[in-house]
Order: sequence, then C-alpha cells, then structure tokens
Amino acid sequence: MDALDIARWQFGITTVYHFFMVPLTLGLGPLVAIFQTMWYRTGDEHYLRMTKFWGKIYLINFIMGVVTGIVQEFQFGMAWSDYSRFVGDVFGAPLAMEALLAFFIESTFLGLWIFGWDRLPKKLHLGVLWAAVIGSILSAYFIIVANSWMQHPVGIELVNGRPRMNDAWAVFTNNTALVAYPHVIAGSFAVGAALLVGVAWYHLWRRRADGVDTVDADGRVIVGDHPEIPGRDKTDHTVWIKSLRIGAVVAIVAGIAVAITGDQQAKLMFQQQPMKMASAEAACENGGALSILTIGNLRSNSCDDVTTLIAIPGLLSFLAHGDFDTDVKGVSDLVPIYQERYGTNLPDDPRLGARAGQEISYVPLMPVTYWGFRAMIGFGIISMFGGILAWWLTRKGTVPSATWLMRLGVAAILLPFIANASGWIFTEMGRQPFVVAPNPTGIDGVFMFTAAAVSPGVSAGEILFSLVALTLVYGALALVEIGLIRKYTRGGVPSAMPELVQHEPTPEERRKADDVLAFAY
Amino acid sequence: MSLPMLWFILIAVLWTGYLFLEGFDLGVGMLMKLLARDEKERRVLLNTIGPVWDGNEVWLLTAGGATFAAFPLWYAALFSALYIPLTLVLLGLIFRAVSIEYRGKVYSERWTSFWTWAMALGSFLAAFGVGAGLALTTTGLPIDQYGDRDGNWLTFLNVDAVIGGLAVVGFCLVHGAAFVMLKTDGEIRHRARDFAVRLMPVLLLPIVAWVLIVQFDNGKWWTWLPILGAVAAVAFAWLNLKAGEEKRGFLGLAVFIVLGAAAIFASVYPTVLPSTLNGAWDLTVHNASSSPYTLKVMTFVAAFGVPVVLLYQGWTYWVFRKRISTANIPDAHKIIAQVGDGRYAEGAAD
Repeated sequence: MDALDIARWQFGITTVYHFFMVPLTLGLGPLVAIFQTMWYRTGDEHYLRMTKFWGKIYLINFIMGVVTGIVQEFQFGMAWSDYSRFVGDVFGAPLAMEALLAFFIESTFLGLWIFGWDRLPKKLHLGVLWAAVIGSILSAYFIIVANSWMQHPVGIELVNGRPRMNDAWAVFTNNTALVAYPHVIAGSFAVGAALLVGVAWYHLWRRRADGVDTVDADGRVIVGDHPEIPGRDKTDHTVWIKSLRIGAVVAIVAGIAVAITGDQQAKLMFQQQPMKMASAEAACENGGALSILTIGNLRSNSCDDVTTLIAIPGLLSFLAHGDFDTDVKGVSDLVPIYQERYGTNLPDDPRLGARAGQEISYVPLMPVTYWGFRAMIGFGIISMFGGILAWWLTRKGTVPSATWLMRLGVAAILLPFIANASGWIFTEMGRQPFVVAPNPTGIDGVFMFTAAAVSPGVSAGEILFSLVALTLVYGALALVEIGLIRKYTRGGVPSAMPELVQHEPTPEERRKADDVLAFAY
Repeated sequence: MSLPMLWFILIAVLWTGYLFLEGFDLGVGMLMKLLARDEKERRVLLNTIGPVWDGNEVWLLTAGGATFAAFPLWYAALFSALYIPLTLVLLGLIFRAVSIEYRGKVYSERWTSFWTWAMALGSFLAAFGVGAGLALTTTGLPIDQYGDRDGNWLTFLNVDAVIGGLAVVGFCLVHGAAFVMLKTDGEIRHRARDFAVRLMPVLLLPIVAWVLIVQFDNGKWWTWLPILGAVAAVAFAWLNLKAGEEKRGFLGLAVFIVLGAAAIFASVYPTVLPSTLNGAWDLTVHNASSSPYTLKVMTFVAAFGVPVVLLYQGWTYWVFRKRISTANIPDAHKIIAQVGDGRYAEGAAD
C-alpha cells in the first residue's frame, strides 16, 4: 500500500467512526430538548426524568463526536494537502463557517446546559439547550454543503487551473446539498429513535421480568412499583413507555422521510454521477431493471464476471426517471464517455509519484457500491418496520415478556447506524476515482482525481503511524463509550438523577446542600 | 487595508483567543497532576473549566478553518509538513476532552487516576504541539516551491520548535494557576498563588525567547512597542498575583499574551510560513490567500460571527462567575443497575 491507499483507509475509518457519534447527537438532541420543553410546560415529573436520563446518554456520546470532529478538520491539511490547495477557495469557507457560526453555539450553550441546572432560570435553561441543538443541526448543514461541493461542484469559475468561488449563494444552495441534508437529518432521527425504542424496551421488559409490572387478561398493563428499589416507581413506567412510543413514532416518520429524500437524491445522482448509480446496480448494460440479487465476481469490477439473477423490470428506470421505460446507462456504456471527457490516464506529473501516468479506472469498487447501496436501504427499511412493530406491540401499555423480543429490540439499535454508515461508504466510494466529481453541466476542468489529492510531501510511514494510532485509540474509546452507555442505561433514570436513590436529606444536610453544585464533573 | 492583511490579522486574533482561553484550560489540565492533593481538589480544578472548555476549544477549530478558507496554501503546507506533531496534538486533545467527560463516570480509583493522567498528559501534548507548530510557522520549515515539505518527518524537530512548545506549555501553566486563583477558594487557591508567583519567571522565559528570536530575525522597529508593553504587563501581573490581587493579575497575563502574540504576528507579516530552503518559496499573505471574492464573503461572516461569539461566551463566564471550593463538590456516586429478582444489586454495573 502506498501513501494514497493508507490515507484513504484513514479517512474512511475516521469518518465512518465520526459518523457513528454524529447522527446520535443530531437525532437525540432535539428529542431531549422536546422532553425538557414538555417538562417546562407541564411540570410532569416523568418529563424531567426523561430529560435527565436521555440527556446523560446524549452527553456521553456527544464528547466522542467532538474529539473525532477535530481530526476531520485537521486531516484535510495533513494528509490531503494537494486537495486543500485545489479546493481551498471554496471548500474552506463552509468549514470555517461551521466552526464560527454553528459549532461555537453548540459547544458553548451545551456547557451552559450541563452546568446550568441550578444557575439559570428554568426558561433560560431550556433556551440554552435549544440553542445547542440548533447549533448542531446548523453545523450539519455546513458540512453537507462542503461534501456536496465535492459531489457536484457549483458556484465557481476556473482560474489558473483552480476552481475559484464566484457565487457563494450557489455553493450554499447546491441542489445536491438541499436533498442530501434532509436525508442526513432524517437518518439521524432514525438513530435517535432506535435508541429510545431499544433502551426503553429493555427497561419495560425488566420491570415485567422482575414482577413490577403485570398484565391483565386483555394484555393491558397493570403498573406496579417496587418500594425497595428507588426510582422503580410508577413514574418510571411512564418514562419508558413514553420514550418507547415516541421513539416508535419518530422511527416511522424518520423512515418515511429517509425514503422520500433518498429517492430524490438518487434521481439527482443519476444525472450528476451516473457511474455511481450504475455501479450501485452492478448494471453493466443499459436497461431499466433493478437488481435484487447479482452474483459472480463483483470484485473483479469486470462486466464479464457478473450475472444478475433476480431483477424487477422497469424499477430502476422508475427510480432514476420516474417512469418505467427510459433506459438507465450501464457501466459499459459510461466508461468510454468518461474516458473521452476526463482522459484515460493520470497526468505524467512527478507529484503523483508512482501513480503518474497510470490508467484510470472509472468504475468504483462494485462490491462496495452494490452492497453498500442495498445495506443502506435494507437496514433503513427494517428499522422503519421495527418502529411500526414496536408501536403495535406496545399498544397495551407495556412490552411482551419474551426475552428474545427484548434482545431483538436492543440489537435493532444498531440498524440505523449501519444504514447511515453504508450510505456514506456508498456515496463516497461511489464517487471514485474522483475526490471532486466533475459536474456534467458545470465547467470543464473542475474535478480532481483522488490520486492527485494526497499530500506529496508526507511519507506512507507517517500516515501509517497516524492510521494505526487513531484506529487503536478510536477502537479503545469505542469500547469505553459503549461500556459507559450500557452502564448508564442499565442504571436507568437514577444513573442520571442520583437524588432519586439517595435517602431523604436531613435539615442539616439540606442546608449544606445549597452550596453544592447541582452537577459537577 | 487589503483583504489578505485583514485576514492575517483575524487569524492572529483567533490564535491569540485560543491561547488566551484554552491556555487556562490546558494549564488547569496539567495542574491536576501538579497542584491538587486529593480527589476533591482535582475535581475542583476540573470544574473550574468544566462549563467553558468546550467552547474555548472551538477557537482552535475556527483558527484552523479560517486558515483553510482564507489561506489554503498556508493551511496545506503547514499542516502536512507537521504531520506527526499534529497527530500527537490530536491524540492529546482527544484524551484531554474525553477525560473531562468520562473521568467521573465510573466509581473507581483506577479509573479516575487513569483519566487524570490522560488529562494532564493530553493537555501537555496539545499545548506543546500547538506551540511548536506556531513557532515553526514564524521561523520556517523546509518547504519547496509547491509548499511540500522537503525532508523526513523529523524535520520539524529543531530548537525553535522546542522553544515554541515550552513557551505555550509554560504560559498555560502560569495562566492556569492564575485562573485557579480567580475561580477557586480554599487551600488550592493559595497553592495556585505560590505556584504562579514562584514559577512565573521561569515558565515565561521560553515565550520571551520566542518573541525575541522572531523580533531579531524579522521585526520592525515598531514591533518593539508591543514587546515593551508585554513586559510591562507581565511585571504588573506578577506583582498583583503576589499581592493576591487576582483579577488584576489575570488581566495582566491577558494583556501579556495579546501583546506577545501581536508582536510575533506583526514581526513576521507578511510572511505566513517562511521556507528555510529558499526565500523565494516563502508563503506570504499575498501568494497563499484565497480569492478576493472568498475573502469578502468570509469577512461578512466574521464581522457578524466573531462579535456574537464574544458576547455569548462572555455571558457564560458571567453565569459561572462564582468561585468553587471542595465544599461545593457533590459526592461521587455509584451507578447501580436496576436488576434482578427485586433485589437492589449494588455495584452490579461497575
């Protein structure tokens, strides 16, 4: 492997990892803010408990998103210096704006929220959480704008071989970003919703298994409480059933939104990056059928080695164009078009090192695009139906007592995470061999091969060092984060509200407690 | 004033803001190992920066992002040339930040002690690396005509880098101690004062060395003015800290870092990254900047964004203006799983 391959692995690993934390932050944040709003409005104890418990999980995860995000910003300059030089005039702006206009808000106001429980008036304390949440939602927009420009460069002119921004409005209203953004946000809500359903399911199941809650002859819940276990009262049941029901509804709505926005995005992508979509189908020849199962040696990336076993006629045409008859161009037809427009070989530039003059393969790695596309859609759909099922099964106020069903519910937390990761792997790998894909209706010459983007002055050994170091640290921290979330989850609401399990304070203690911070690290 | 010059100033402001604000965060992080005597004191230190550190860290991201947007060639050359040291900075920042959030999350001595070390060493690594990087962008790196590093990964390691690294570490320690004096009460407050007063002259030596190196290499006559101002400010800071006038002492340090950074950035202007191989390959505000259009767009954004950030971050410090002491720190509590046949299983989740 050369520096390019290692740098790509590093970018892939760190980005996919970062995007495990980010959708949970984006999806769970607004839900916590809604819970706190409900508490503010109604004063109902269970909303406070929901805010505190889900807020704690939110924070355990948030920090990992923060630290892995810094790596992302630094990585462009460190490992992809020629990319940074080429795109800097356009690409740096949304990154800088993300930090200045969004991430500052998110970080500062979240600090105020964490420590503000006893320092800020209730209304203001709710306000700072909303500010932080809106900051995170805004931050996603800037990042999607930056990514969308790599998928579909707009708002530029070409000066001395480099794109130069001449229309910031066009960059920030790139149609690629406008469809990708709601898709990403909806996908994030699916992640938050699945966590709500899975964790709440566990606790409701636990309450039944421990004999706290029972059901009557109709299967309707009889809520009980357990005097010996603090925090396992009737309100606790309300906390979990509400979390679960809300989670199920959000999962369903988010699932539908993901499907609609995904469809729009696919239609756009058939125009903007036809090769990505053709390889998503492993579609070699022109046609209109959607492959359900294609076998053979996808890895060979050669059309002679793949056979489509099951296909639905006309569906691909429908996905791409909205009718059942228009053919969609296959890989074999697209390659000559790409070769004619963008060349058959990389330039003979010594800065490309051993890759100078190499032949360009315009077909992305088909096993990745084909299966990535299907994993994204498949897991997304299963997750949405999981939401429907959860809604139906809990209509009588609690979950069935079956252990396997609880295990399934907890395992299903992973589904939207996998769907999100698959989607990103598909769209980024499907853009190869370009790091900046050419805009078919844009300016000639504004595109960049990934092979030309890596830092020429950095050695493979250096990037290998950071790849190994970051992967090991990320791996260890993933275990820590999952361990903490598991621990706090099993602890239930009292893990975020120690006051629930502590004994009734004496007057002396109460006086002293006035000086004690409501929250401290 | 030209747009590239304006952006050079703005980036200098962002770096100065970072050094000023994260200076005490990183300093407090290191002081958790140097100043605190027991767990409650460590938690007092941690909680002085608890509500604010994350917002402060964004100054680094903004400085990096603004450099990318306004001077892409500077960003590309500097970050790729400093590949290994920046990897270490990232690792340091990761451990530091995760430590703040996770340290108190498990009720065990081994766990907290591991994260205390992670906090201290992570803060040290980040401070040293940022200092080394900033020093090298003022004194030069072996970059060729394309802005690529010529030489192996170790080329960054020279006297300037070490001075810059120690400069920021030293400043963070002093600044952190002054911040602790300002924000805490009890024994730790006095210990912070002893630390700051006794060690300030030594700890601030490297930063003075850095300022002078840059001044003698590239300074203009008028850049002596901020240097003199910085010297006056640091003397003022020392005398006031010694007298227990914490607010004035902290203010003195603030003026010191602002004027010190101003002297450095003003001395090197218009060069942003000198090439040690050939002066013709120096990156300057003119040959490394983005187009005027991009700079104009970014200027509007910054003119709106920066004051707003200053306002709400300032408000945060006002909200958390109260001093804290060991008496304010709540007891650590175990996270207990609600499990089993109706029994309250203590410690089961640990």
